[in-house]
Amino acid sequence: MTTSQTLSQPLLAVQDMRMVFEATGGMFSRHNVVAVDGISFQMHAEKPTLLTIVGESGSGKTTLARSLLGLRRPSSGSIRFRGQDLYAMSRAELHDYRKAVQPVFQDPYATYNPFYRIDRVLTMLVDKFNLADSKLAGQKLIEEALHAVDLRPHDVLGRYPHQLSGGERQRVMLARTYLMKPRLIIADEPISMIDAALRALFLNILLDFRDKQDISCIFITHNLATAYYLGGEIMVMCRGRVIERGDMDAVVNTPGHPYTQLLLEAVPSNNPRRRWTEKRAGLSIDTSELKFSPNACVFVSRCPHVMDICHQHRPALMRTPDGQEAACFLHGNQVFQDQTTITLEEKPTVKN
Amino acid sequence: MARPLLDVQDIRIHYDTTRGSYKVVDGVNVKIKRNEIFGLAGESGCGKSTLVEGILRLIEPPGRIKSGSVRFYPLGDDEALGVDLVQLGEEELRQMRWKHLSYIPQGSMNSLNPIMRVEDQMIDVITTHADLSRQAARERANELLRTVGLSARAARAYPHELSGGMKQRAIIAMAMVLNPALVVADEPTTALDVNVQRAILEMIADIKQQTGATVIFVSHDMAVHAELVDRLAIMYAGEVVEVSDVYTIFENAQHPYSRRLIASIPALGGSRTRLESIPGMAPSPLQWPSGCRFHPRCPHAMSVCQQIAPPLIELTPGHQVACHLYYDVHELQLSPTQESEHAI
Repeated sequence: MTTSQTLSQPLLAVQDMRMVFEATGGMFSRHNVVAVDGISFQMHAEKPTLLTIVGESGSGKTTLARSLLGLRRPSSGSIRFRGQDLYAMSRAELHDYRKAVQPVFQDPYATYNPFYRIDRVLTMLVDKFNLADSKLAGQKLIEEALHAVDLRPHDVLGRYPHQLSGGERQRVMLARTYLMKPRLIIADEPISMIDAALRALFLNILLDFRDKQDISCIFITHNLATAYYLGGEIMVMCRGRVIERGDMDAVVNTPGHPYTQLLLEAVPSNNPRRRWTEKRAGLSIDTSELKFSPNACVFVSRCPHVMDICHQHRPALMRTPDGQEAACFLHGNQVFQDQTTITLEEKPTVKN
Repeated sequence: MARPLLDVQDIRIHYDTTRGSYKVVDGVNVKIKRNEIFGLAGESGCGKSTLVEGILRLIEPPGRIKSGSVRFYPLGDDEALGVDLVQLGEEELRQMRWKHLSYIPQGSMNSLNPIMRVEDQMIDVITTHADLSRQAARERANELLRTVGLSARAARAYPHELSGGMKQRAIIAMAMVLNPALVVADEPTTALDVNVQRAILEMIADIKQQTGATVIFVSHDMAVHAELVDRLAIMYAGEVVEVSDVYTIFENAQHPYSRRLIASIPALGGSRTRLESIPGMAPSPLQWPSGCRFHPRCPHAMSVCQQIAPPLIELTPGHQVACHLYYDVHELQLSPTQESEHAI
């Protein structure tokens, strides 16, 4: 593949990805679990982007992230990085991929080996990927990376993981990714286990990485307020499917899918004078008790606008008046079937 | 004025180790009223969880309650009906637990017994602490599980068969089995989804409304406090730095730390301004900074802040702040007995 071809390819292209886990029994799960159910999306290569994936637990966002990182082959569909199939890469190509795509995981307490000093996660990287010519140059690089994440090198170097707070550990992880100068960071709930006051710092670093280092990011969270702060694009997942996606402002200000609406309404208001006023009776149903049909909308059992068609067909992503896409028959009559979109004759009507 | 349900006076909880004494909670005074939701906020390591563990007498060695008292009045306002939880013996405490005070600890979803059905665990609590038959206890357990939205099927389930949100609901139902006067919930929604979080918060608000219980709600998430609590105490470095009703804290916080804490929450919708984070590192309980413990990180620090610890003083009725910006410490020392007329 020539360089010009590489440039015209999207940075990341996911096509019809599915991940199915075989059933192992248990009270509420006697069927195979479809964790990711036909997801397609692209991130373009021209300019750095922030893509936030939101959804409640069990929506498949972590499974998707693990596949994107090359940790688990999807059951079907493809993941391409600059045109190359991630699961058909040679060792050398995979080495390059791991340099270009860096993870930040959820639990800052589980990602470090407690027996080694913090320095090791940084120096090992410099050695393994030949980032510096000399020991001194390597040391300078590490210090630069720590400054980039607002840490003072003498505060963290020489220390053991247990001597650092969760926020500091997550920032060392970011310093590590900074060293690699990746094209893409995949961060799975990176701030859910750190303090509120430090979350802002972490988010600001991601914004700086995009603006100053041209690093794109896939940010996975269930917290819509954080997602909104980051801006960029958003993809809302529910039960393994993308049910809405588009520009962050359009989705947050004028949600096109009732599920997105539900998520937005569950975000605490920050203002004690604007508390939730009505109770949400529907919430007493736990999603793990619901049945899901591949030929219906995933949200039928909780949707306030449910129509007959919602029980019979799976909606495709359709353009909304506000410019984003939502998989909801309120916006048209396109159906997702056998990985293609077909348009139905019947017009969706609201059930009495 | 009415006596508070819980009157915590100058409580100090220290952990003595070979490296020295960790002064995790270092002189906290709070009064918690009947039938309110009292929030405790602050970043990790500020001592909020240790404070509630101390109140509930759950501190394990090498930790100990070094001094202070926790007067608790579950039966009525009369001084004679009160007990000092710090002084109670093990057996007296055992009788107090579940019946008058219950606890929803951090990560409590994982505190259910894995080899007992949810319902049976609740029946055990009821029959041990109240004079009810097994059948009556079963009915009570199921009634409570229904109120938290769990089906009969979930009641008969083992904990591993339930999702995190369902387990958390079961724990909340269990905390309410004997209608305690005080429920302490430590980060009950952390690690849960926004939708489940909303359901749990609504449930806690219902408990206050319907059973008349008082709730102490611990969370580092200020947005959750804004949604739920009646009054809020902000803790920093083992001390309370500001206490007020929730509206005053969010609209007119005075302590620089409280202000920063509020400024660091992202809002949904509207314009995006770069969020402020709190610079510097959280101090160590092995050696708190001198004077005001926030001074190394405070943008308004003055020379007095390094030397003299600011006392918690009432600025307006019900609003107390520990910060030198709002009073002249030398004037205060002339009247060292100055004490609040109002419950905090």
